[in-house]
Amino acid sequence: MTTTLDDTEPTGSDPVLRVLADLTEPAPGRGVDRGFRGLALVAGSTVLIILVLIAVVMTQKAWPAFSQYGTSYFFGTEWIPSQGKYGIVPLVYGTIVVSLLGIMFAVPISVGIALFVTELAPRRARGTVITIVDLLAAVPSVVFGLWAFYNLVPRFQSLFNAIADAVSGIPVLNTLLGPSSGSSFMSAALIVALMITPIVTAVTREVFDTVPENDKAGALALGATRWEMIRGVVLPHSSGGLTGAVMLGLGRAMGETVAIALLIGATPQISANLFGKGETMPAQIFRQLSEADDTLRAALIGLGVCLFVLTIVVNVSARRMVVAIDNRTRGTTTP
Amino acid sequence: MSIDTPRSADATRSPDGPAADPGSLAAELSGSQMAKGRRVRNSMASVAMVLAFLVAAIPLAVMGANVVAKGIGVVATADWWTQPIPGDVGRSDLANNEQLNNLGFGSGSGSDSSKGTAAAQPVLGMQPAIVGTLLTVLSASLLAIPLGIMGAVYLHEYGKQRRLARFIRFMTDVMTGVPSVIMGVFIYSIWVLRFGVNGKSAWAASLALACLMLPIVVRSTEEMLRLVPDALREASAALGTRTWKTTVRVVLPAALPGITSGSLLAVARAAGETAPIVFTIGFVTTTNWSLRGQNTTLSAQIYSQLQNGGTLATQLAWGAALTLIAIVLVLTLAARVITRRFAVR
Repeated sequence: MTTTLDDTEPTGSDPVLRVLADLTEPAPGRGVDRGFRGLALVAGSTVLIILVLIAVVMTQKAWPAFSQYGTSYFFGTEWIPSQGKYGIVPLVYGTIVVSLLGIMFAVPISVGIALFVTELAPRRARGTVITIVDLLAAVPSVVFGLWAFYNLVPRFQSLFNAIADAVSGIPVLNTLLGPSSGSSFMSAALIVALMITPIVTAVTREVFDTVPENDKAGALALGATRWEMIRGVVLPHSSGGLTGAVMLGLGRAMGETVAIALLIGATPQISANLFGKGETMPAQIFRQLSEADDTLRAALIGLGVCLFVLTIVVNVSARRMVVAIDNRTRGTTTP
Repeated sequence: MSIDTPRSADATRSPDGPAADPGSLAAELSGSQMAKGRRVRNSMASVAMVLAFLVAAIPLAVMGANVVAKGIGVVATADWWTQPIPGDVGRSDLANNEQLNNLGFGSGSGSDSSKGTAAAQPVLGMQPAIVGTLLTVLSASLLAIPLGIMGAVYLHEYGKQRRLARFIRFMTDVMTGVPSVIMGVFIYSIWVLRFGVNGKSAWAASLALACLMLPIVVRSTEEMLRLVPDALREASAALGTRTWKTTVRVVLPAALPGITSGSLLAVARAAGETAPIVFTIGFVTTTNWSLRGQNTTLSAQIYSQLQNGGTLATQLAWGAALTLIAIVLVLTLAARVITRRFAVR
């Protein structure tokens, strides 16, 4: 057959031959296909390009501060721009305190909601519960800030002072929970907790959904109550995923800006009093950047670089954990 | 039963009396003979779960009620949507930080300015911020959504599990977690610093918002592309269609509802952002329809009016908050309706 194929005219009357010729010939669509693929590749790489640009451009603009102040920038314990003191430790301290406190409040609530949705709520109520929690995520940060500033801060002040009075005789607690003016680490942390609850809940819910039905049914069949089943099956099975969810929430809390800027008191200081004023890195950038002089600007962009690195580290480890959970529960080893 | 007897004899423990009798067996299975502590702990856990939900839901409800109650007065007027922002309560310096330092708003210069304006009641308008918000978000969407969809097409239709695609996917997830204020600082460094005061514009702000939206659009679109059955792609390919045409004519239309709703959520998030806006957009009190030149948004107005203090400025802030929440809510609910109605199954 092949010899006859070669011998005969390619444009012969045989329809099979014509199709073959069509398929092997470089068709006009091929160039478009390559172009489209290239375009998609460029679009996909934009994310990487932006991330690299962020790191490079910001480091470059912050370099004057890094080189001029050196170690006193990274390890200095005083941030007083008007006196030319740029030590970022108080701001890092504030960021860490607020986000840790925030996550401490948010995690029990989120786990509770996630358990409520996956184990307790009637099937019909689930959608509503999820929608309500998601609405919480949709509320802009600045609106949270506005509301808390006018409606909560005065109440926080009397509440915190009452607590401070109550614990004034107890050794450690009286330093941690001191007198308050309403704007404080704690106020900011409480609002941040509310704001990161939706994301932590969403991830936690996904993790709980991956617990095998058989394990849960088995525990119940052995006579376990619902709570015993949750403690014995659901929580141990989800520990890795939960850690990921906590880290993701932590990342969000560290980057939260406007609400914290309105509630924390704008006082960069290292104070053990959680009811006292403080300041975080994003809040400081937000407050000062648009009117800053050259030195302060470089110092603030430097803060941005540190915050960027910090959140990247937290998010990378969080994603690693979540991805590991994904692979395990889908039953596929990493391809 | 037949298994139970030898085992309890083996263990030389006292045989389980109640279990032998069918009546009490039923009672035990129904849980009524369960130790009291276990039952109490179980109900306490259930109560705690409901409480957890309430702890999140009640502040949301209270806040919603507050914003509506305080904002509706100014928002429900025609002036709000058509008039410029009154300049005497909205001072142009956004970063007057000394005033924020003591956070005692309403005292000091704030009340002075409101006293001064009380004589001649100014018209409370917010049109510049509404226009600015729409302009900024629209132009950010035009930048980020097509780019994001193409990126997702690369990840799901071409890259699949290749090393580069997996790396991009991972970094996209990481980028979703980069704080919005960083995007603002980035655009400030790369754009505003280069062009000086003229660099502050709706365009610069929309660049920052686009950076914020891009990873969200990429990931949500990829999730949607994943839901499109491979049979559709194979059927299209079997008809001799090129991959690009399959993607554009078959895969993307099939995933369109999901892509739309994911993009709307990204738009909603961008509309509510303040941090990347404030130092990239500048400040105006009159409507600016152009992407060039300084502008303002609802979120930026909330912040700056809050800084001004005083009754009028506070009214403006609550009104802006209500308008902003309404916009975000409409976008979010639209996304939900689209997901429910046209979900790929």
